Amino acid sequence: MEFLVASAVGVLTGAGIYLILRLRTFPVILGLALLSYAVNVFIFASGRIAIGLPPVLSYDDRDYSDPLTQALVLTAIVISFGMTAVIVMMALGSFLETGDDGIDMTDGEDRR
Amino acid sequence: MSLALIVALPFLGAFLPGLMIRSGRNACAVSAGAITSLALVMLGLHAPAVLRGEVIQTRIDWLPQLGLNANFFLDGLGLLFAGLILGIGLLIILYARFYLDRRDPMGQFYTYLLLFQGAMVGIVLSDNILLLLVFWELTSLSSFLLIGYWKHLPEGRQGARMALTVTGMGGLAMIAGMLILGQIVGSYDLSVILQNKEAIQASDWYLPALILILLGAFTKSAQFPFHFWLPHAMAAPTPVSAYLHSATMVKAGLFLMARLWPVLAGTPEWFYIVATTGLVTMVVAAKIALFKDDLKALLAFSTVSHLGLITMLLGFGTQAAATVAVFHIINHATFKAALFMVAGIVDHSTHTRDLKLLGGLRRAMPITFAITTIAALSMAGIPPLNGFLSKELMLEEASHTVWAGIPWLLPVLATIGALFSVAYSFRFLGHTFLGQPRSQLDHPHDPSVGLWGAPAFLTLLVVLIGLFPMLSAAWLIDAAASAVTGEAVAVNIYHWHGFTAAFWMSVIAILGGFVLLMLHAPLNRLWLATPRPEAKRIFDGIVEPLAALARGLTQRLHDGALTRYFAIATVAIVAAGFAAFLGGAHSPGLRPETPVEIVPLIGWFLLIASAAAIVSFHRNRLLALVLVGVIGLIVSVGFAYLAAPDLALTQISVEVVTVILLLLALNFVPKTTPFESTRLRRGRDGVIATLAGLGSGALIYALMMRDSAFPSISGYHLANAKTEGGGTNVVNVILVDFRGYDTFGEIVVLGIAALVIFALTEAILRAGPANDRLLTWVQDQRDAGDRHPLMLVVATRMVLPVAIMVGVYIFLRGHNEPGGGFIAGLVVAIALVMQYMASGFAWTEARQRVDYHALIAAGVLIAGAAGVGAWFTGTAFLTSDFGYVTLPPLAPFELATAMIFDAGVFLTVLGAVMLALASISRIALRAGEKVNTAPYDTDLPDGEVR
Repeated sequence: MEFLVASAVGVLTGAGIYLILRLRTFPVILGLALLSYAVNVFIFASGRIAIGLPPVLSYDDRDYSDPLTQALVLTAIVISFGMTAVIVMMALGSFLETGDDGIDMTDGEDRR
Repeated sequence: MSLALIVALPFLGAFLPGLMIRSGRNACAVSAGAITSLALVMLGLHAPAVLRGEVIQTRIDWLPQLGLNANFFLDGLGLLFAGLILGIGLLIILYARFYLDRRDPMGQFYTYLLLFQGAMVGIVLSDNILLLLVFWELTSLSSFLLIGYWKHLPEGRQGARMALTVTGMGGLAMIAGMLILGQIVGSYDLSVILQNKEAIQASDWYLPALILILLGAFTKSAQFPFHFWLPHAMAAPTPVSAYLHSATMVKAGLFLMARLWPVLAGTPEWFYIVATTGLVTMVVAAKIALFKDDLKALLAFSTVSHLGLITMLLGFGTQAAATVAVFHIINHATFKAALFMVAGIVDHSTHTRDLKLLGGLRRAMPITFAITTIAALSMAGIPPLNGFLSKELMLEEASHTVWAGIPWLLPVLATIGALFSVAYSFRFLGHTFLGQPRSQLDHPHDPSVGLWGAPAFLTLLVVLIGLFPMLSAAWLIDAAASAVTGEAVAVNIYHWHGFTAAFWMSVIAILGGFVLLMLHAPLNRLWLATPRPEAKRIFDGIVEPLAALARGLTQRLHDGALTRYFAIATVAIVAAGFAAFLGGAHSPGLRPETPVEIVPLIGWFLLIASAAAIVSFHRNRLLALVLVGVIGLIVSVGFAYLAAPDLALTQISVEVVTVILLLLALNFVPKTTPFESTRLRRGRDGVIATLAGLGSGALIYALMMRDSAFPSISGYHLANAKTEGGGTNVVNVILVDFRGYDTFGEIVVLGIAALVIFALTEAILRAGPANDRLLTWVQDQRDAGDRHPLMLVVATRMVLPVAIMVGVYIFLRGHNEPGGGFIAGLVVAIALVMQYMASGFAWTEARQRVDYHALIAAGVLIAGAAGVGAWFTGTAFLTSDFGYVTLPPLAPFELATAMIFDAGVFLTVLGAVMLALASISRIALRAGEKVNTAPYDTDLPDGEVR
C-alpha cells in the first residue's frame, strides 16, 4: 500500500509540475490543483498510513492513525480552495483585461 | 510598563490623524497633538524622580535567548532628549497645521510625524542596544517618508533617497559595531555595557567597534564628510526640516555618542577621531553656510556646523566639555528650530527663500522680525542670549585643549568657526529684514498666531535660558550631564568670566564676523569663482553605476517569463532535496508494507490513468477539468480508506465547490489550449516534471517505510484529547483546541482570500477594458435547452432543509465523531450553491437575507470572542472549557466552548465559499447572462426568458 500512495504522490507531482510549466493560465491552475493533492497526500502520509484506525477515541484498546497530520491537511485543503479561487479570479481578470491568457510577459510589456 | 507605553504611544496614535482627517484638518492636528501631549505628560510624571538622580527602568523579556529584550530606562540624558523630541514635536504639530497647504494630505503628514516621533523616543529610552538599532532604522525609514512628503517634487524624492542611503549605510555599520560591543561585554543591555569601560577599552575589538559605531553616529548627525545629505533633505516641508533636521533626528548621532561616552570616550582614538571630525565639520560647514543664498540651505549648513561643534566637545573627552555639549544641545534646539520656522514663514508670505531677492521685511513683518532677531543673535553668540553662554563655554574648553602637541590649533580654528557663525547669522537677519527689498515682493505680511506662536515660544526660551541659566536650565543640564559622564555634575553658568581667553576669542569672532559680512559681496564672487567638489555629483557618480548594475541584474533574472521562474525554482528545489537526501544519514526502512487490496488497487489505476490523461489531453480544458474532479474523488476515497474520515469529508466537499468554481471561470476563457511550446520545450518540461515526481514519490516512500526519528507529538494529542479538550475526535480537538490559534489564523486567511476575490471582481466590473469585453461578450457555447429544469429546482428546494440539517448534525457531532465546522460549512455552502444553479443568480440573490461579507466577519469575530472568553477565566487566549449539560428528556450531553469557536469556523467557511462563487457569478451577469426572476423557466408564457 505504501508504494501505491508514494507512486500516486509522485505521479500527481509530476503531472502538476508539467502543467504548471505550460504557457496558459488554465493548465497552470489545474497543475496547481494537482500539486495541492500531491502535497496534501504527502503531508498526510508523513504520519505513516494505517487502515481502519481512525483517530476517534474508542473504548476498545486499539491504535490510532496520526491525528496531527490529518488536522494539518484538513485546513490545508480548505486554504488551497481559497488559493485556487484567488488565482482563478486573477487569471480571469487578466484575460478579460488584456484578451490574452498567456502567463509569460512578452517583450513589449512593462516588466516592472 | 509606563516607559514602554511612552514609546508605544506615538506608534499606536499614528493611526489617529490618518483617520481623523475625515473630520477636518483641525481635528487631525488636535489628535496628533493630544497623543504627543499625553506622552509628554507621562514623561513629565517621571521627571521629578529622574532629576533626583534615580533611573527609571522597565523590563519586558521578548527574545531573551537572543539577548533581545524590550528594556527601557530613563535617566537625565533620556529625559532631556525625550523632552526635546516630544516638546518640540508638539510645537511642530501646531506649526504644521497652519503651514501645510489645503491640498497637502495632512493626515499622512501627522501619521508619518508620529511614527518618527515614536522611533526617536524609542532610541533615547532603549536600554537594549538591539532594540535601539531597530528604532534607529525606523527613524531612517520614517524620515524618508517625511523628506519625500511632497512626492511631486523631484528634489524631495532625491533628497529622501540620499538621506536614506547615507544614514542607512551608517546604520548598517553601526549594527556591526553594536554587535561587537555586545560580544565584548556579553550583554546587549546598555545599563550593563555602561558598567564595563575597562573591558571594552582593553579589548582588541575596541577600535573596530568604535569606528563602526561612529560611522553610524556621524552619518546620522551629518558630520564631515557625510554632511552632504542634510542640505538636500531640506527639500522637505519646513516643519520637517525644523523637527528632524535641527532639533531631533540629526541629534540622534550626538545622543548615541553621549550615551556611549562613559565607555568609549577618554582614549586618544576617541579624541582624534571625534574631536577632529567635529572641528572640521564645524569650520567647513560654517564657511559654506555664509555663501548659501537659500534661507534653508544656510540654516542646514549652520546646523551641520553646530552639530560639529557639539561632536567636538564630546570628543574632548572631559567632563566639563561633555557638560557644555549637553548645554549646547538644548540651546541649539531652541534657536535653530525657531529659525527654521521663521524661514518657513518668510517663504509663506513672500514665496521665496532666496536671500538675493529678500530684504527690508522688518516693517512688513515686525513680529517675525522680532523673533528672528533674538534667535539669530543667539545663534551668533551675542550676550546675554543662551547661544552666547554655551559658545563662550565651548571657546573656553577649546582654548586649553591641545591637539597633537600644537596648542594654538584648536583655539584658532574654533574662533574661525565662531567668526563664520557670527557672519552667517547676521546675514540671515540682515539680508532678510534690514536694508531695502532686493526685488518686488508681493505684499509680505506677518502670518497668523498659529504660525508665529511656536517660534515665539522657542524664542522666549532662548531669552529665559540666556538671562537666567541657573534657574531655567541648570537642573536639566546637571541631570543630563551626570548621566552622560556617569559622575555627579553641578554646573555654574554665568555671563561674565573676566578677561579670559574665551572672552577675547569671542570678541574677535563678533568683530571679525561683522567685517566678513561687510565684505560678503566680493567674497561671494571669489567663492563662486573657485571650483569646489559638488557632493551630490560625487554621490550620484557612485550610486548610479551601482543602481544600473542592480537594474541590469534584476532584468536579466526577472525577464517576465513566469514559466522560466517556475522551471528554475523547481529544478533548484529538487536539486536541494537530492543533495540533502544523499548527504544525510538514513536508517534502513524496516516498517512492514501494508498489504494491498484489490479495490484500492483499482482506485490507484484510475488515478494514474487520469493523471496521464490530463497531461496528454490538457488542451481540451473541459475534459482536463473533469479528470481533475476524478482525481479529487479518488483522493477523498483514499483518505476514507486510510483512516482519515474528516479529510475524506472535507476533500469531497471542497472538490465540489472547486469544480463549480473552475466551470464558472472556464465559461469566460478559451475552451482549448493552443499548441505553442516546441517539442524541445515540452521534452525539457517533461524531464523536470519527472525528476520532481520521482523525488517526491521516493521521499515519501522512504519516509513511510521508516519510523519517526523523534517521538511525534501526536501521542500527546491522543492521550489528552478527551481529558483536556473534552472530545473524542482528536482531529477536531486539535483544530479547535490544541492548535486553535493556527485555525484562527487559517480562517482569517480564508476570509481575506474571499475578500480579495470580491475586490478583484469589483476591479473587473469597473469601467475599463475588462468591463467592455464583458459587455460585448458573445457566448461561444450553446445554451442548455432548459436552463432551470423543473426537476432540478424542485429537488434542490427539497434538499435544502435536509442539507442544512445534515450540516448542523455534522457540526454538532464534530467534536466527538468525524465532522466539525469546516465540513459543515462546506456542506451548507454546497446546498446553497445548488439553489444558484437551479434557479439562477438573480432569483437566489433576491432571497438572500444575509450578506456574505457579514458572515465572514461574524465568523472571525465569534471565533475571536470564543478565544477572548478564556481570558475571563484567567487562562490563555483560546483555552477551551467543557462540561456536561442535562436537558430533560435528553440524555446528558456535552458542551464545550470550543464549539463556539467551531461555529466561527463554520460561518467563515460558509461566507468565504459563497462570496467567492457569487463573485464569479456577478461577472457572468455583466456578460449579459439572461436573468429570470421566476424559479423556473416553465412559469413563463411561451417559454420566453425574462
